[in-house]
Amino acid sequence: MPEPSTFKKFVEVGRVVLLNSGASEGKIAVIVEIIDHNRAIIDGPSTGVPRQPYPYKHLTLTPFVVPSLPRAAGSGVVKKYYEKSGIAEKWAESSWSKRREALQKRRALNDFERFEVMLLKKQRRDTVRKSLKKSVA
Amino acid sequence: MSEYKEVKVGGEKNGQTRLVPTKKAPRFYPAEDVRQPKKVRKTAKPTALRSKITPGTILILLAGRFRGKRVVFLKQLNSGLLLVTGPYKANGVPLRRVNQAYVIATSTKVDISGVQLSEKLTDAYFAKAKASKSVSAEEEFFAEGKPKAKEAYPEEKASEQKDLDKAILAEIKKTANLEKYLKASWGLQKGQFPHEMVF
Repeated sequence: MPEPSTFKKFVEVGRVVLLNSGASEGKIAVIVEIIDHNRAIIDGPSTGVPRQPYPYKHLTLTPFVVPSLPRAAGSGVVKKYYEKSGIAEKWAESSWSKRREALQKRRALNDFERFEVMLLKKQRRDTVRKSLKKSVA
Repeated sequence: MSEYKEVKVGGEKNGQTRLVPTKKAPRFYPAEDVRQPKKVRKTAKPTALRSKITPGTILILLAGRFRGKRVVFLKQLNSGLLLVTGPYKANGVPLRRVNQAYVIATSTKVDISGVQLSEKLTDAYFAKAKASKSVSAEEEFFAEGKPKAKEAYPEEKASEQKDLDKAILAEIKKTANLEKYLKASWGLQKGQFPHEMVF
């Protein structure tokens, strides 16, 4: 029997992936069928991603898998399995997606808002410093 | 000048007046043809103001003595330059003309619709005053190397600035932190690229 792999995330039917480029950038989808070592068919009926072949280069594997998704399932079936698995909520709760959202929010700030963030951070630093000093003394 | 003028003519039967050309026709045709230069029909268009810049927009100056300062845009002058002020009381930038090419327009705006801008604020207002009477050669010779006597800032301009600052600062104070924002100067940190940022 071969040794168990050290890898944890595999390209497999049912694997939830994050799309990194193209029209659906930033959305998640599910691998439905593996075409070859470059591409897979992905589908995201409940995340607004149309069924399409997608190069692995432009996607990232997430730790989530839609369990027991049949190979080459149609959009309706994918939707049913995806919603049953509750991966949308798991993804929204993950620190990965939260961090992504926070970054996007920060990037959309204008100059004045960035300045206000700077002020708030200063304020936070100050309170932390003061309370630390108090606790040490 | 009109082409003809009426001239009084003596003699009863001459009809009193006569139309006489104001410019006498030349007595000879020129021997050589002189080509008439084509009339230029092009006119210089007034400089278009960047659509993001509207009165009250906060701008970031990128060049000159006040680079890195955030200022309030007031209006575009006839020369196409932008009239801005710090306001002076907030960050030391006086009423000043700047080229819009050396400016970043932010999306932050101050409502200056209620601020009355003086009619005097034109390009001529900022033109350099003509040098006062020439000093004698002797005086000039001995003045060399000595520090020049400093001319006082015109009181009229100072009061103009003061009045304007007061009106604009009243508007600025309506938004929290906005005055602080204008007082702070702007800069880029590592990993910040202005073309990828939102202003």
